[in-house]
Amino acid sequence: MLKIENLHASIEDKEILKGINLEIKPGEVHAIMGPNGSGKSTLSSVLAGREEYEVTEGKVDFEGTDLLELAPEERANEGLFLAFQYPVEIPGVSNINFLKTAINEKRAYNNQDAVTAKEFLGMVKEKSALVELDSKLANRSVNEGFSGGEKKRNEIFQMAMLEPKLSILDETDSGLDIDALRIVANGVNKLKSENNATVVITHYQRLLDYIVPDYVHVLYNGKIVKSGTKELALELEEKGYDWIKEEIAQ
Amino acid sequence: MIAELTKKDIMIEALARIDFSNEPQFAQELRNSAKTDLANMEFPTTKKEYWKYTRVGKIINKTYTTQQVDTVDITPYLIPNLDANILVLVNGFYIESLSQITTQEGITVSSLSQVKNNATEGFSKHFGTYSNCNQEIFLVLNNAFHTDGIFIEAAKNTVAEKPYHIINITTGTNVIAQSRNLIIGNVGAQVKVIESFVNLSGNENFVNNATEIFVDENANVEYNKIQDKEGDHYHISSEQVYQEANSNFTINTATFNGAIVRNNLNIVVDASNCETNLSGLYLGKNSDHIDNHTVVDHKQPHCNSNEVYKGVLDDKSTGVFNGKVFVRQAAQITNAFQQNNNILLSDDANVNSKPELEIYADDVKCSHGSTTGQIDEEAIFYLQSRGISKRNAINLMINAFAKDALENISIEALAEYVDAKIEERFTK
Repeated sequence: MLKIENLHASIEDKEILKGINLEIKPGEVHAIMGPNGSGKSTLSSVLAGREEYEVTEGKVDFEGTDLLELAPEERANEGLFLAFQYPVEIPGVSNINFLKTAINEKRAYNNQDAVTAKEFLGMVKEKSALVELDSKLANRSVNEGFSGGEKKRNEIFQMAMLEPKLSILDETDSGLDIDALRIVANGVNKLKSENNATVVITHYQRLLDYIVPDYVHVLYNGKIVKSGTKELALELEEKGYDWIKEEIAQ
Repeated sequence: MIAELTKKDIMIEALARIDFSNEPQFAQELRNSAKTDLANMEFPTTKKEYWKYTRVGKIINKTYTTQQVDTVDITPYLIPNLDANILVLVNGFYIESLSQITTQEGITVSSLSQVKNNATEGFSKHFGTYSNCNQEIFLVLNNAFHTDGIFIEAAKNTVAEKPYHIINITTGTNVIAQSRNLIIGNVGAQVKVIESFVNLSGNENFVNNATEIFVDENANVEYNKIQDKEGDHYHISSEQVYQEANSNFTINTATFNGAIVRNNLNIVVDASNCETNLSGLYLGKNSDHIDNHTVVDHKQPHCNSNEVYKGVLDDKSTGVFNGKVFVRQAAQITNAFQQNNNILLSDDANVNSKPELEIYADDVKCSHGSTTGQIDEEAIFYLQSRGISKRNAINLMINAFAKDALENISIEALAEYVDAKIEERFTK
């Protein structure tokens, strides 16, 4: 589904990604872990299409298309979803309204009919229950006045509504207490299928107890330096990132 | 030696040709008094603080004429789904045949010239009372040479059944139109007014209008102003408002365009327990120049004022906001809130925003805030990441921003009309 080959990316002439190679197939859950500054957020930003980052080398193939050639909205319409680490507040733009617009733009892009009001309301009811998001919040402005936990749940709610092929969860667990974490993870797990894939970017192992990965990759200094199964995450937690740094130094 | 005529002289000369000799004595005296004031006044330059950001050169450089027109088609200017009394002014003259009024007991509505000849007690008491100012030349010009206008008076405890929609049309080229309104809400009365300033045809027309509004004890008056003229037109407008105790006054100003638009809003809150709401939205494009100067003068204690003005400026347009709030020494427990937010859509768009608070009482809550910037890029990217094109994302956000400014419009059909105009403007 996603194939990243030798991806190099810089911001303000500073190279952050120094040759990422990653392949993700449908039905898989990949975790990307790494210390601060390793390039985790840069990777998700480059995949989502943030203009500030310059791709200097490499290719990204998403379902047969050259992802890097597409505008952010086209990537979303092709089936990519990024759950932001710090979801922005957009006062005055209703959560529901914007989602309806997004869904219809995706449908138009894929030559499908627009969603009917009835269909849409049914979706809202079903998906908001998935992340225990109060319908009241659904009617407010995007993330306005939402608590940290509510913002993260809103990200997963949007993910549920948009039904992406590949979801990238950028440190979705940051700032969440155990209960919120459980709800978010539950939502993500319910949305998993053999046709979609999930990339979980996280600093801590804790989230991976709930969203169990098929593969764990360690990102260090702009490169994936180690890959393994979920046991690798446990080993990391036990030994810390210094262990990886030592291993590489050798 | 022949003295050169100043621009002021030229303008006054054109206006002096209008025959006011049919007016009653008191009305003529008011005009003469204003003419005397004019002799000692000059058109402002940008050296005058009050006119620092707005040049009047383009307006006063022209030679205008007053032109009366018999009839026009008003259908394009009606507000859809609105059941209102319609009053039509064309080039500053009242056109009775085009007006549609349902009489209601307790509401006196007529043209200004009619009520001058048949003055009610309220008219005699309030006409000219709040524009007695020899500081602002354009207001004094209107005092001296206004042609006609609308008079609306709601008697004690009368609630107007339908809003009053004044359609203020200019047509022709280099026409000067000076209309003058007086709106009175007597004790306990409620009345809502809409005034649309529109242009039918022709170019470079100049409207210099003034509206006096008196809100008596426990009365509630809402005045909604729409400024919507494509092409090069000039509009200098004054609202002079006076509030008595326990009253509620709301003014909403929606300015969609204008070569030069200058709104002077002056509100005196001279008693306690009053509510004052001022909202404005200005949308500039091309080389529009839209200037809103407001003054709220809190003279007595226990009042609240709430001011929100928002601007969206594109191309090479300029917005000006100057909001003055006075809280006099006696005005303890005043809550005065003022906010001005601007979005600049292009590099050449400009805004000058100056909030001013002069507070002389010590137990008050006052705040003012001003922001000017581009649309939040982060929010745009967020919407794009959900599949919404950049163009649509920007429109979504501007729509939300703009609509927010006019949430105090209580007339639903008017709110919908304004929302639709905003959407039309920002959906391309």
